[in-house]
Amino acid sequence: MSSTRTKLRTRIAAAISAATVLGLVAGCGSGGGSGTGGGHKDGKTVITMGLFGVMGFKETGLLEKYMKLHPDVVIKADVAGDEQTYYTALQTHLAAGSGLKDIQGIEVGRAKELVDTQKDKFADLADVPGTDHFLPWKLSQVTAPDKKVIGLGTDIGPMAVCYRKDFFEKAGLPTDRDEVAQLWAGDWSKYVSVGKRFKANLKGSKAAFMDSSSGLFNAMIYGNSEQFYDKSGKLIYAKNPVVKDAWKLASQAATSGLTAKLRQFQPGWDPGLANSTFATTVCPAWMLAHISEKAGPANKGKWDVAKAPKGANWGGSFLGVMDNSPVKKEAKELVAWLTAPEQQSYLFEKIGNFPSSETALKSPAVTGAKSDYFSGAPIGKIFGEAATEIPDEQVLGRKDGTIKDIFSQGLTLIESQNKSPDAAWKTTDERIKKATG
Amino acid sequence: MATSTPISQGGAPGTAPPPAKRAREDRQGLRNLLHRLDLRGAPYAFVAPFFVVFAAFSFYPLVYTAWISLHHVELSSLNLMEWVGFDNYTALWNDDRFWNALANTFTIGVISTVPQLLMALGLAHLLNYRMRGSTFFRVASLTPYATSVGAAALVFTMLFERDFGMINWMLSLVGVDHIDFENNKWAAQIAISTIVIWRWTGYNALLYLAAMQAVPRDRYEAAAIDGASRWQQFLKVTVPGIRATIVFTIVLSTIGATQLFGEPLIFGQGPNGITGGADNQYQTLGLLLYEEGWKNYQMGRAATVAWAMFLLLILVFVVQRVLKRALARRS
Repeated sequence: MSSTRTKLRTRIAAAISAATVLGLVAGCGSGGGSGTGGGHKDGKTVITMGLFGVMGFKETGLLEKYMKLHPDVVIKADVAGDEQTYYTALQTHLAAGSGLKDIQGIEVGRAKELVDTQKDKFADLADVPGTDHFLPWKLSQVTAPDKKVIGLGTDIGPMAVCYRKDFFEKAGLPTDRDEVAQLWAGDWSKYVSVGKRFKANLKGSKAAFMDSSSGLFNAMIYGNSEQFYDKSGKLIYAKNPVVKDAWKLASQAATSGLTAKLRQFQPGWDPGLANSTFATTVCPAWMLAHISEKAGPANKGKWDVAKAPKGANWGGSFLGVMDNSPVKKEAKELVAWLTAPEQQSYLFEKIGNFPSSETALKSPAVTGAKSDYFSGAPIGKIFGEAATEIPDEQVLGRKDGTIKDIFSQGLTLIESQNKSPDAAWKTTDERIKKATG
Repeated sequence: MATSTPISQGGAPGTAPPPAKRAREDRQGLRNLLHRLDLRGAPYAFVAPFFVVFAAFSFYPLVYTAWISLHHVELSSLNLMEWVGFDNYTALWNDDRFWNALANTFTIGVISTVPQLLMALGLAHLLNYRMRGSTFFRVASLTPYATSVGAAALVFTMLFERDFGMINWMLSLVGVDHIDFENNKWAAQIAISTIVIWRWTGYNALLYLAAMQAVPRDRYEAAAIDGASRWQQFLKVTVPGIRATIVFTIVLSTIGATQLFGEPLIFGQGPNGITGGADNQYQTLGLLLYEEGWKNYQMGRAATVAWAMFLLLILVFVVQRVLKRALARRS
């Protein structure tokens, strides 16, 4: 009796383990359906989106508005806070061919790499009707040599300088935005000179003149059509005078104690905004939303926006549709709607993301826009003029995003670790070679 | 052919056993076979799940990683692999970042493991006293371990923040200037070690406590009769009594220290977390692997780092065995 029971027990156990093995093996084999999470369910069309930062679609209720206009559509958007994290995940998903969303956001620093290496995985957006309203250079950034367009433009990043009127007054500098712009008109090195005056004259506060030297570096290099790569895709950062000059001036600012030694969008920067540890920051249009949110209502009206010494474009994004999406057609329609002129100017009014649509740029809603938070600054006019100064051709390179990060770290070496600019340049150069090699 | 087959199988028709007997014998044979299978085969079936899991999730990745490490391959184009032989390994050997990461892994490992185990030992000794609410204290000592690495590291990062962090605020009360924890090499490594220590001390303390409760009471009584103080009892009775557990926790902590990844990654946040600080001042081997693979997208080089880590662990194991044998021979 007992021996049969033992035998039975052994058999059951053997059966269970065999089933487990089979289950494990089977589990490895089966891949999940479409892989984008979208599809048609219960008579509704589900579209998934992967976004990063404050692109504004979710935050301002645009997605909800679209769902109200199209009751048969359900949009699910995931927003990653940090673009680096987002892009790493996107790369992994693209390589694995799973985990992708129907619509994926593309940051301009990654555009070239995706066009070069992944264009087959994106749907062609060249034939989407009603998309002839973009700035020509914006679309060219995501157009492959065979004319395939892998994304439609959302915003661009014309630059200005955001500054604190109260600190400027304490330092005996003018506070009116036109007079402030005059202080550094035409040349970024004048901006650094103003900083030296600011530092010498500021009384009763420990605030630094600018947040970080990398902001200045970015502003200087993005005012030119070629930065790290030339048109043929060759790395030219080491010889490009634009990069060399920007490095020189930024490291000068870093070594003369004009910066708060912060890193933009990294820990310390947000509390720096809230607690007023710096007086100026070079701000692309999309940064206004971040500043007003993090500096908080207590600092409302203390901030203002002045024209930058030279026009430049920092950042901006695109929305791409995955080619294997089961709802490709509906996703393309959604992307076309989200990037249409009306939505772009709405986003500008709401959170300051500057339109990449020429039609939207000319609309009175954009040209006449003012920002309450920034002392009523005519941001539509300031950023609009800066946008016209952006070079018509913007040469992108494969590893632009990574190289930009490495340069920021190089400047941190000078700013926070007391390395000499030459030693920091050497390290930066070696790192770029390793990252691109 | 068709006619010869049954003859060759069943033998001559005249000698064939009656059908009923044959069926019974067949059934007997089948049962024998099943029984043998049950006896001999079942144990293999029982251990099979482990080996299948091991093959799928450990052995195959190990071999495939070795294969990748001999190639130049990028994450964006995994199907394009270019054979480079041992180039990745020689490049890694000549790479300052590798030696720097190795040194950092070692130093962070030491400054997190040593104080952690000493504190755990002391804590376990205290928990071992008879007192009210001992269960509460034991559970409480385990709570940090139950926290996720991410949450713990984020909170500590805020505490160690340069301008508005609580630790710098407390230091300023006693007149110490703000310390830039992230950019100062040793400050950063100590800060990261604090996170590790905070999370694992209680866990190790409970392991020690369990071992301490197995130390026979009469040894303490004998020691007390001999006039040993509490401290002497701890040194001469408790510590030798739990030696095996101490060795076990050292092995466990060493493995944990080699894998150090989450704490420094979150401590730096963003691009600085991946490179372990602007000057790689707290980049561990785990972070170097991540940087090569998921920031530079060079899978071949990332796989090389992974294999270098694996070989290092083997090396440590061999050295430890040799030392142990040498020590045994001497005594």
